[in-house]
Amino acid sequence: MLLCGTGSGRAEVSFNLSTGLINMATPARNHVWVGTETGILKGINLVKKQANNYTEVSSLTRDQEVNVMCFGDPQETEVLLGCRDGTVRVFNTEKAKFTEFHECRGGEGVFRGIGVLDNAIVTCVESGLLKLWKEGSTENVEVQVGPKVEKMRLCDTQRHKVATGGKENDLKIWDLQRPEEPIFRAKNVMNDWLDLRVPIWIRDLDFIPDSDKVVTCTSYHQVRIYDPCSPKRRPVLETVFDEDPLTALSVTPDGRSVVVGSSHGNMAVIDLRKGRLLCSLKGNAGSVRSIQCHKSMPIVASCGLDRFLRLHSLTDKKLLHKVYLKSRLNCLLLTSRDKWEEEEVTPVAEEVKEEEDEVWDNMETVMDKTGSKKRKEAQEPNVEEVSTENTAKKKKKKAV
Amino acid sequence: MAAGKSSESGETKKRKKSKTPEEKNEENNVASAEQAGGSGGEQQAAMVFPPTFSVAEIKNKQRRHFMFMKEKLQKKKEKIALRKKRKKEREALGDKAPPKAVPKTIENQRVYDETTVDPADEEVKYDEATDEFAPYFQRQTTPKILITTSDRPRGRTVRFTEQLSSIIPNSHVYYRRGLALKKIIPQCIAKDFTDLIVINEDRKIPSERKGKEPTEHKPEVILNNFTTRLGHSIGRMFASLYPHDPQFVGRQVATFHNQRDYIFFRYHRYIFRSEKKVGIQELGPRFTLKLRSLQKGTFDSKYGEYEWVHKRHQMDSNRRKFHL
Repeated sequence: MLLCGTGSGRAEVSFNLSTGLINMATPARNHVWVGTETGILKGINLVKKQANNYTEVSSLTRDQEVNVMCFGDPQETEVLLGCRDGTVRVFNTEKAKFTEFHECRGGEGVFRGIGVLDNAIVTCVESGLLKLWKEGSTENVEVQVGPKVEKMRLCDTQRHKVATGGKENDLKIWDLQRPEEPIFRAKNVMNDWLDLRVPIWIRDLDFIPDSDKVVTCTSYHQVRIYDPCSPKRRPVLETVFDEDPLTALSVTPDGRSVVVGSSHGNMAVIDLRKGRLLCSLKGNAGSVRSIQCHKSMPIVASCGLDRFLRLHSLTDKKLLHKVYLKSRLNCLLLTSRDKWEEEEVTPVAEEVKEEEDEVWDNMETVMDKTGSKKRKEAQEPNVEEVSTENTAKKKKKKAV
Repeated sequence: MAAGKSSESGETKKRKKSKTPEEKNEENNVASAEQAGGSGGEQQAAMVFPPTFSVAEIKNKQRRHFMFMKEKLQKKKEKIALRKKRKKEREALGDKAPPKAVPKTIENQRVYDETTVDPADEEVKYDEATDEFAPYFQRQTTPKILITTSDRPRGRTVRFTEQLSSIIPNSHVYYRRGLALKKIIPQCIAKDFTDLIVINEDRKIPSERKGKEPTEHKPEVILNNFTTRLGHSIGRMFASLYPHDPQFVGRQVATFHNQRDYIFFRYHRYIFRSEKKVGIQELGPRFTLKLRSLQKGTFDSKYGEYEWVHKRHQMDSNRRKFHL
């Protein structure tokens, strides 16, 4: 697999160098996929530092705004985009073009979540219609999850588990194999110190890996953990961060902490065991729309209304990459591949080796020292040329 | 001379205190340094540090002040001499003189902003063609502006709103009467207002200018230096405050000039006196604006989403970095 990847990567490198254009037919090996408010799908290769548009700007309308994204398969060859007009577009990364369009209209409002379950697309719209779209069949599973949904997410490990939440629509966990009743229905927290009801407004949620727990963040800047295994239906842990609505979150790969982002562009890592603030990640100037942590590496990617994609390191909270992408960014997908550098660097190293082999083949029985001398000689003419050029320039300058 | 003496004495004191085996070497060093000062001994100068002396070391305050003034005067003289010399050189060279160096300013040393808009960029063009101000630029809406203040404004603020309404055509001043902005906004939308300006007061000193009054002609608008993507959005916002077709008969122009992230507003009446000369007459109020945040959608400071927020400690770390 790895060798395969390097081969294709190398081909791309050489292609780019020869023409300087982006060929739509070569496989797009990007590390981050970003869906924008203008409807453009962008792929960013962080090692080569390239950002490409995969949607024609000329054919765009505002209806094509990308609201949600997910990978179609575990190999990440397909990217599914949920657009404002109710279509789901499938982008094939191997062919680097859109291959399928699915009409997934139903309910009202924009998509609030998308996922893939056994070749069927799971979508959820704002009005609360969660639907399973199987290819070719008309009998699709439909679930009403309640109004004003803000987020729907599939569990990574148990794919048939789905969590939903929204404004005045508390967390519910559904089993798509038995969609009649939710398997977990959260209960609102106790009334506050004035004995007033606490409002509910879930903005984002995520499953904690290797456990049944779900973490949510709200517009009232709370971060809550729910545990369906415990008899308690109220959150097992609640903590607050900042004073602005929390708009996005993502659980770190070790499952011990969560990265949350707010509508003022503040991002922080919060420990899930005690609810303590671990560190804040700086740089965002506008509302954070989407955050995703890498599956294995301590890296977190975030994007939002300030039109920048940012990658932070979770170990030393440094800003690793900052890419200006020209449109307001709605959602992002971070590849789960690791060893990014190797994919790109290895072919270069191989080439060097080949060259060296050729040199060694040409020489018959030569000692190391002479070899090095020869190399030096080979380098020297270049140096001389450069120097002569320089002097020539200087002379010109003097003449002027 | 006096300073030299004092410094020497300081050194001798140190020597007495320390009494290290390197004493002799030090003495030699000092001696050689003095030589270097006098006759320019180059061989040893490379090895030896010059005698360290600064005016700040003098303990007598009067003496220190005197020496400081003396030093300053000396530097000034040198500077003037250098300038005269350079001027003479330039005059001697005449036309062949090298072009004058451009002085360094914060603006021309500005840190490159990657969001600077390239006018040929298709994506940005598309984004702008479909953004919130697009209906204005496609001439689908005509601006109608509501101006109001914070609760309980002072007299100056009230006068300022009146002045403001005189320079923005089709604007209406309403008293706030303690209404919440979130209640005002739906009413504004119902009554076809396109923009809402709220004047807040801090320490109650809005600037005031008295002078000629502007006429009711539709003015031209000049937007200066809005280069970045954020700047473009802001520029478009200001442009959409004014009606579409300016009446050139009025010869009036409103300028929004951005410099170092501050937006200066001026309002002028111009006249072309001859082919080269232009006369301008300032009208109306002056004011300066600074962008603190930009929100997506209508005003909702609590649950709205911000497109850009000015964060002082993170963003103002570099003086040469500008956002507009």
